[in-house]
Formats: sequence, C-alpha cells, structure tokens
Amino acid sequence: MMENGSSFPAGAKEPAVIDERSWARLRWRCRRGMLENDIVLARYLDKTAGAIGEQELAALDQLLDMNDNELWDLLSGRTEPSDEKLQCLVRQLRSA
Amino acid sequence: MGLPVRKFDALVVGAGGAGMRASLQLAEAGLSVAVLSKVFPTRSHTVAAQGGIGASLGNMSDDNWYWHMFDTVKGSDYLGDQDAIEFMCREAPKVVYELEHFGMPFDRNADGTIYQRPFGGHSANFGEKPVARACAAADRTGHALLHTLYQRNIRARTQFFVEWMALDLIRDADGDVLGVTALEIETGEVWMLQAKTTLFATGGAGRIFAASTNAFINTGDGLGMTARAGLPLEDMEFWQFHPTGVAGAGVLITEGVRGEGGILLNCNGERFMERYAPTLKDLAPRDFVSRSMDQEIKEGRGCGPDKDYVLLKLDHLGPEVILKRLPSIHEIAVKFANVDCTREPIPVVPTIHYQMGGIPTNYHGQVVAPRDGDPEAVVSGFYAIGECACVSVHGANRLGTNSLLDLLVFGRAAGNHIVDFHQRNKEHKPLPRDAADLALSRLARLDGAAAARGAGEQTQDVGNALRRTMQAHCGVFRNDELLTSGVSKVMEIAEQVRRIAIGDKSKVFNTARVEALEVENLIEVAQATIVSAQARQESRGAHARSDFDQRDDANWHKHTLWHRAGNRLSYKPVHMKPLTVDSFPPKARTF
Ligand SMILES: Cc1cc2nc3c(=O)[nH]c(=O)nc-3n(C[C@H](O)[C@H](O)[C@H](O)COP(=O)(O)OP(=O)(O)OC[C@H]3O[C@@H](n4cnc5c(N)ncnc54)[C@H](O)[C@@H]3O)c2cc1C
Repeated sequence: MMENGSSFPAGAKEPAVIDERSWARLRWRCRRGMLENDIVLARYLDKTAGAIGEQELAALDQLLDMNDNELWDLLSGRTEPSDEKLQCLVRQLRSA
Repeated sequence: MGLPVRKFDALVVGAGGAGMRASLQLAEAGLSVAVLSKVFPTRSHTVAAQGGIGASLGNMSDDNWYWHMFDTVKGSDYLGDQDAIEFMCREAPKVVYELEHFGMPFDRNADGTIYQRPFGGHSANFGEKPVARACAAADRTGHALLHTLYQRNIRARTQFFVEWMALDLIRDADGDVLGVTALEIETGEVWMLQAKTTLFATGGAGRIFAASTNAFINTGDGLGMTARAGLPLEDMEFWQFHPTGVAGAGVLITEGVRGEGGILLNCNGERFMERYAPTLKDLAPRDFVSRSMDQEIKEGRGCGPDKDYVLLKLDHLGPEVILKRLPSIHEIAVKFANVDCTREPIPVVPTIHYQMGGIPTNYHGQVVAPRDGDPEAVVSGFYAIGECACVSVHGANRLGTNSLLDLLVFGRAAGNHIVDFHQRNKEHKPLPRDAADLALSRLARLDGAAAARGAGEQTQDVGNALRRTMQAHCGVFRNDELLTSGVSKVMEIAEQVRRIAIGDKSKVFNTARVEALEVENLIEVAQATIVSAQARQESRGAHARSDFDQRDDANWHKHTLWHRAGNRLSYKPVHMKPLTVDSFPPKARTF
C-alpha cells in the first residue's frame, strides 16, 4: 500500500472500476496450470471484487501472460519483477 | 439448427502434453488439425509435473523395458492391461529420444547422456533394487515438455483454438463420432467442429474432491461429454491420493520433504508411521502413508480444532537445510498454511492427485465400448489419451513418472492410427440433423433457469457441496455405510445440478456459464466414481475398503464400466496377455 492509502502511486490516475467484460476476461485468464497460482490469484480477485483501475489491469495482463513457473516464482518471492510497473501489483498479490 | 460449422481432418480437444503430442504427429503428416483448449496451451495442467518421465534408457545402471513392465504391472495391483503396458514400456525410450530430438532440455550426465533419477516403485531385476529411470528437466519437466511440444506444433502449422470449450460430442445414428459442439468463450458463439476423427486429451477431474492437488481447470470435461454421449467410463473408483497436501489448500508438498527427514505427527506428538510401517516409516508407499494418516484422523488423533489433519514436522532439520534444499516448501507453508516451517509443523491431509480411470480405450488410443456381445468394440472416429483415458496402463495405482510417459506414448500411437484412418476414409460423414441439440438444450436450460431466477441453484454452492460430499464419503478409507449414503447424496446433488441457474446471460466471456457447464461435467465423474467404488467389494491399489480389506482376485480381478443411463455398472476382463512376453500373474503386493 502507498502512503495515500491506495495501491496506486501518488499522482497516478485514480483507479476506476473496469467494465464487466474486462473483469470476466481477467477472471478466466486467472485460471492457471498450477494450483498455487490459481489460489493466490483467486484470493486477489475476491479481495478486489472488480474494483481495479486501468493501470492495474495492464499490469495484471502482463503478469498473466507469463508462464506458470515464472509467475509462481514472482508470487512466492523467489524472484523480483524486473519491470517497475509490476512491483506494486506483485506486492499486493503476495499479501493476498 | 443453423450453427456455423468448421471442418478439419482431425480434431484434438485438449492442449496438454497428451493433446499436443498427438496433434504434432497429425500436423507433421500433413493433416489439417484443430486443437481446442480452455486455456493457453502451455498453461495446461501438465505444467505442474515436476518429477520426470519414466523410460528404461539404462543411462545410470542396467535397465530394460521388461523390468519397467514388471514394475508397472505390480504397481497397478494387477489391474493394468498387460498388452498396453508392454507397448508403453517398449516405446518409452523411443518417445524420450524423440523428445530430446525436438529440443527438450533434459538434465544431462557428464558424458552427455540424459541424466535419470530414482523414483518410488521403479526397480531393477523384478523388484531387487531401486533403479534410476526418471528423465527430468530440473523440477520443471512438465513445463519444458509443454513448451517443446508447443513450438514444434507451431512449426508444423497446427491450428490452436485457444479459450474454446468443447461442449458435447456429435455422434450419428451408427454411433460414429463426427466432431464436437464448442463454445468460443470470448464471443459466446457456439460452433460445430466437424472432423473425420475426434481425439479427447482433456486431462483429469481432480476437482471433484475438496482436497485436490489439481488446478481449478481439471473438471473432467472429456469424461462428462463421453458419458452424455452414451459411452461408459472405466475404473473410476481408482484415484491416487498424495499423502501430503496442505490442509485446506491442497497444494502438494513433495515426498522430498520426508526424504530429507521430515516426519508425520498426530495430536499426541507421536510419530505414528513407526507403528504402521516399522521399517520404511514416513517413507512407505503413497497409498500406505495416506491410509495410515486417515486412520489416525478417524480414530480421533488428528490435530487442530476439528482434529481433521496431521502435522508434517521439519523444523528439526534446521533452517539451513530447509531453505537450501527445500526452498519452495518454505514459501508454500507460509502462503497456504500460514506457518513458518523452520519453526512450526505444516498441517497436511491425504489429497487427491491422479485419476487412474477414464474413457476406455485400446492401446491405439481408440475408444472402445461394449456392443453386440463384444466388450471392447471400437467407437469409430473417437480416440482418447492421457489422464482422461483408461488404456489401462495404471490399473488400480499409478507409478510416479508413468503418466507423462503415457501422454507421449499414446499421443504418438493415436496420432499414427488417426493418420491411417484418414488415408482409408476419404470423405467426412454428413452431420446428423440433431448434431447440436444436446449442447444447445443444455445452454438453453441454464439460461431458462436463469430467467426464473430465485428458483435456481448457484453453481458455486452446488460445486462445493459435491466436493465436500465426495471428500467425506469417497476418500482414502471407504466402507459400505459411507459409500451407500454418499451415493444418495451425490444423486441429490445431481438433481441440484439440473436446476443450476446463471444470472448473467451476456455472451462475451461469460465465465459463469462456463463454470456451470463444468459442474455438469464434474457431476458425471462424481457419480461414476462413487457408484463404482460402492460396488467394488475388495481393496486393490488406491481403492481401500475397511470392510473388505483384502484384494479378491477370484471375484474382482476385472475392470468396472459405469454407464450413465440408469447409473448402471458392467464389467470386462483385464488383458492378461502381453504382446510378446509371458503374462505376469497376480501376486501379493509387498514392499
Ligand atoms: C502437482 C502434480 C505433479 C505431477 N508430477 C508428475 C510427474 O512428475 N510425472 C508424471 O508422470 N506425472 C505427474 N503428474 C501427473 C501428470 O502431470 C498429469 O497426469 C498429466 O500432465 C495430464 O496431462 P494431459 O495432457 O492428459 O492433460 P492436461 O495437461 O491436464 O491438459 C488438459 C487439456 O485439456 C483442455 N481441456 C479440458 N477440457 C476442455 C474442454 N471442455 N474444451 C477444450 N479444452 C479442454 C485443457 O485446456 C488442457 O489444455 C503430476 C500431477 C500433479 C497434479
């Protein structure tokens, strides 16, 4: 969490709720080949309940394009995201 | 009818290791091949496999396919078909070398040959001593396998239909399979996909149980479609449990933890495996450890507020050993059990891991079913391979590393057989008028029920009830009382499934619809499993009955077939005659 209490850096655009279709698409792409990833992503989705903004959605899309082992390495803290844009999201996922 | 149709030479449903091995064989032979997958191919569940692929390459010490065959027959508790087992063990080195040739990054020995590691149940000289037979790519064998096969398929111009869900088989009046109806998840469109042959490689159905190591995607769709098409499912009572899944989450804790010295404790802090298996203790075979754990829990010595798990203690190994040799275990314990395993034990329960039964096939991958007195008449145009199929090489219990092998051997064999079929059958048979009726009526029912909202059942609730019931009534230890009451509960849940309503009627990415359709597949698999288990009055391999605790070859050395119509069972003989060698007659299974 950032100091301003949101998960977005100060100055970034306020998160807006994404449309239903993007949310549904996102939910389906959170179906993974490894149970570990399924569970962490499901916890995160339950917590956000659709209230995520454009930037977070873009970051998630980028994460979900990874293969399952790469993703699990990130979620379990074995590796760190090289892309700065992913750091905030990865932190949230780890605490989910 | 009016649904759009697409036509191919061959259709493959499933893009895991099995589906992609088969499609490669087909595309390289020049057939037009469509491969459907609910998820991106490399995210199929095969990605989770770590241990390796079994093959008697003999790179570490003497080994041969005949020893591998013996281990597999014995491991199957003599329920495996010996012709299929001989075929698999003989083909094993070939498919592994082929994979090496495709670019699979196997671990290597200093001399450049493929490195092989030992694995439970694999032995040299008919059980004399352990042998190293597993070929692996670090602890990411499944991942490497999927990526290798995907790349080759792209090169061979296989057409992938990603985020497509097959709904039902299309059969004509002769009973021949002519394709499937399928839902394009992104648009909500329903299509008819027509092909001379249809191959199912849809993976297992581990999500019928509450405690499962399987990813959410493993909903047994291929089995559901097969059952609805009027074809039987074989040996569905046989499910392998892994002793150490994290309680509540299911995530697998590898045997390596006990290999390093981790021990199992009951609520009195007793190392109970010393009582059940004085020699092997915590390292006894998977099914044995699972049953011992279950016994402790049943007799009130489980841990936690509900006394429903045991503890896996490893803190005595010291943080250095844990963090160095078992790094992922530390992360798994924190994330899924909320414990720091360098200081506290991990709550674990026996957890569903692998489905031995499935769609009955012969060793060419052709689906077979009883017809006119022949227990194994070929269903023309229909093939099944991988975890969704029952060929049957695993019988009542699967040996580690034999599943990835099964995908490769039968993927290749089915591919070759389909190419041959294609050459002999020049034309597509015409689609029957009612080709899409079954799928469309199911979709209409979901939406229709949704219209009368309030009356309908919620997918999530019904799914959870099903998983809890299967766990409680058809788990590690089974007896008539539990199973019989379980059968009636599952039948009640089947009624609820018919009343599932989905509120969301949108077409685009309607995951509520997809999940409801998945539950309709889960319920078929659950019925097949518990009805078959209730009837089998013996203990064999993974099917353990406390009221019939011995194997009974005189009465039960036979395969179960569950038929959806009337929840009926029939039986067929085990193939005891291998292809070229002498039969292995049933013997007591001792370790
Ligand atoms: C944690 C874990 C570790 C394991 N380790 C090993 C090991 O080391 N060695 C070993 O031999 N075995 C191992 N196994 C078992 C082995 O991994 C599986 O049995 C095997 O990978 C199954 O492969 P498959 O190709 O049959 O199915 P999957 O890989 O499950 O693929 C199924 C495919 O079907 C598709 N599909 C399903 N339904 C539909 C539908 N309705 N429409 C369209 N597509 C559909 C899916 O999208 C997917 O592409 C392990 C299993 C687990 C759970």
